[in-house]
Amino acid sequence: MAHVTVTAKRSNIVRGIKRPSTPYLLLLPGLAWLAFFFIFPLINLAGTSTQTPTDSGEIGSYIQTFRFANYIDAISGARDQFARSIVYALIATLLALAISYPLAYAIAFKSGKWKNLLLVLVVAPFFTSFLLRTIAWKQILGNEGPVVTVLRWLHLLSPQSGLTASAFAVVTGMTYNFLPFMTLPLYASLERIDPRTLEAAGDLYANAITTFRKVTFPLSLPGVVAGTLLTFIPAAGDYINATLLGNPKTKMIGNVIESRFFEIVDYPTAAALSFLLMAAILILVMVYVRRAGTDELV
Amino acid sequence: MVDIAASTKGDLKLSNLTKAFGDFKAVDDLSLVIPEGSFFALLGPSGCGKTTTLRMIAGLEEPTSGKIAIGNTDITYAKPYSRPVNTVFQNYALFPHLTIFENVAFGLRRRGIKDVTEAVTKVLALVELGHLAQRKPVQLSGGQQQRIAVARAIVNRPALLLLDEPLGALDLKLRRQMQIELKWIQTEVGLTFVHVTHDQEEAMTMADTIAVMNEGRIEQMGTPVELYEAPRTVFVANFLGQSNLVKGKVVGNEGSDLQVSVHGNKINVPASRNFAKDNSEKSVLIGIRPEKISIEHAEPNSLGGGVITDISFVGVSTQFQIQMPWGQELSVFEQNDGGASHLQKGDTVTLSWKPSFTFALDGTSDVDAGTSVNPDEL
Repeated sequence: MAHVTVTAKRSNIVRGIKRPSTPYLLLLPGLAWLAFFFIFPLINLAGTSTQTPTDSGEIGSYIQTFRFANYIDAISGARDQFARSIVYALIATLLALAISYPLAYAIAFKSGKWKNLLLVLVVAPFFTSFLLRTIAWKQILGNEGPVVTVLRWLHLLSPQSGLTASAFAVVTGMTYNFLPFMTLPLYASLERIDPRTLEAAGDLYANAITTFRKVTFPLSLPGVVAGTLLTFIPAAGDYINATLLGNPKTKMIGNVIESRFFEIVDYPTAAALSFLLMAAILILVMVYVRRAGTDELV
Repeated sequence: MVDIAASTKGDLKLSNLTKAFGDFKAVDDLSLVIPEGSFFALLGPSGCGKTTTLRMIAGLEEPTSGKIAIGNTDITYAKPYSRPVNTVFQNYALFPHLTIFENVAFGLRRRGIKDVTEAVTKVLALVELGHLAQRKPVQLSGGQQQRIAVARAIVNRPALLLLDEPLGALDLKLRRQMQIELKWIQTEVGLTFVHVTHDQEEAMTMADTIAVMNEGRIEQMGTPVELYEAPRTVFVANFLGQSNLVKGKVVGNEGSDLQVSVHGNKINVPASRNFAKDNSEKSVLIGIRPEKISIEHAEPNSLGGGVITDISFVGVSTQFQIQMPWGQELSVFEQNDGGASHLQKGDTVTLSWKPSFTFALDGTSDVDAGTSVNPDEL
């Protein structure tokens, strides 16, 4: 034992010359990236959020006055859109989970030689732009599109009404667009499950449903948490779906921020709303991750 | 459905069990009875069909034909969860998200037993791991996980406990220790254990009865002593321990012994140990275990003119490789009691042994069957 310790120490000393600096050097590009493109803009945005218009009244010209009341003004003007964002994002996340779970399960356990092809198909939508896909979705749900035609034929939809320009279209659009973000982490966690643990559950008197409830699902929880976060977070801040598939009554917080920034040129309000959205998502996510208790797993 | 579990007891009967994967018969018309309360081993090289047999008993594989019954209850097509059978899986297959306590309690809870604490505590004490009840499986060593896998199965008091290469992942020392421990647990709980292994030493240490499997069939079944002392096929003679097999011709009878001419030497084989299929067949293989041969003492059966080509000292014994005049190499193990210490490479020696240790096998079989099929054991 003594001999081993001595050798170990010596090799530490030998390598010690290089060792401490290497990890930091490797971290450097990433840290620099974060500093320039995340931390710096964030500080900038924080500064903007407490500015007020200059006396000159010139459009887009603001001065720092540390007016924190900007936040109260911002939220009181966009309370509905804020709530809607959270609700739409939640519904889209739940729908995506309901669609993705069976899909990921089938790919992980039942697809055999088709596994890789199916995974490529899940990722395939990324080969076209987000915007184009949403426009395509608008056509699918459009009055001349297949969905409306079928629903009208089945008398489930009256001839006067349609599906686009509605909350339904916005939520389904978001569900569709963020589906791969849900499917991939779910697949990854399901695929990691040793099929023999499932056999063991069957061997220990659990039928298929109980095996799923007590073994498969708990073991896939890390994927469920990752997938729901990757879907919910971008969905809550999304404005493309609401713009292309919605109507004035389905505006989300992203739409408000966008119009404040680019149309009204009200930078402080837009910045304040951005921060509020970030804070809201952060709090929700923290509560969720705590409740899900995923650190116990793995 | 689950009621079967509680009420079924008795011997395990496999009748004409066959499992085919396409054209390949993994298990071929297998019939056997495993008495209640015994420690039974299915021994064979990988691919011999032993694991498939076990999986059919567990309900994880459906037989192509044949019947599986425990006592009078037919369980051939019963779902795994409704069988009174529990399995200790090769890689243990513990539930990684549950504590050790919950792992062990899993089967009891599924059967609707409310108060599991006493049973779980008791079985954890039996495997001496009560203090780890609140840990997760990853926090345990391989040997500890192995014992939990056993505890998780036996806590359910199944009619039958299946062990699929349960010690395969452990190192040699731990494996020896677990062999003794498993045997002790079996005696303690009195359940029927069916143990699948490719390790002949493991099977011999633990099992009351061993069935040696080869190519989907049972070659021979018996106690470890029977299989070792009186192997009936070349496969068994070579797979369990080592054997010297020499071709000979039956020339007649001497009393109750069969007389065989082996390269000009007269060798006697007791008629009761003649396992050659057909006695009219004049050609036989005579067999003798290496440790039964003496280089020093003269015995009735002897083969002369051997030259020592290799000597290796292995502690309790010394192993000699001896080249016979007809070119074949035979093995001899001599006890290290001083008798054979003067022997050196190149010495010419005579090998002799008692006729009662000799056995005769079918002369048409392949002399090397069962010798080199087991590389992972080395």
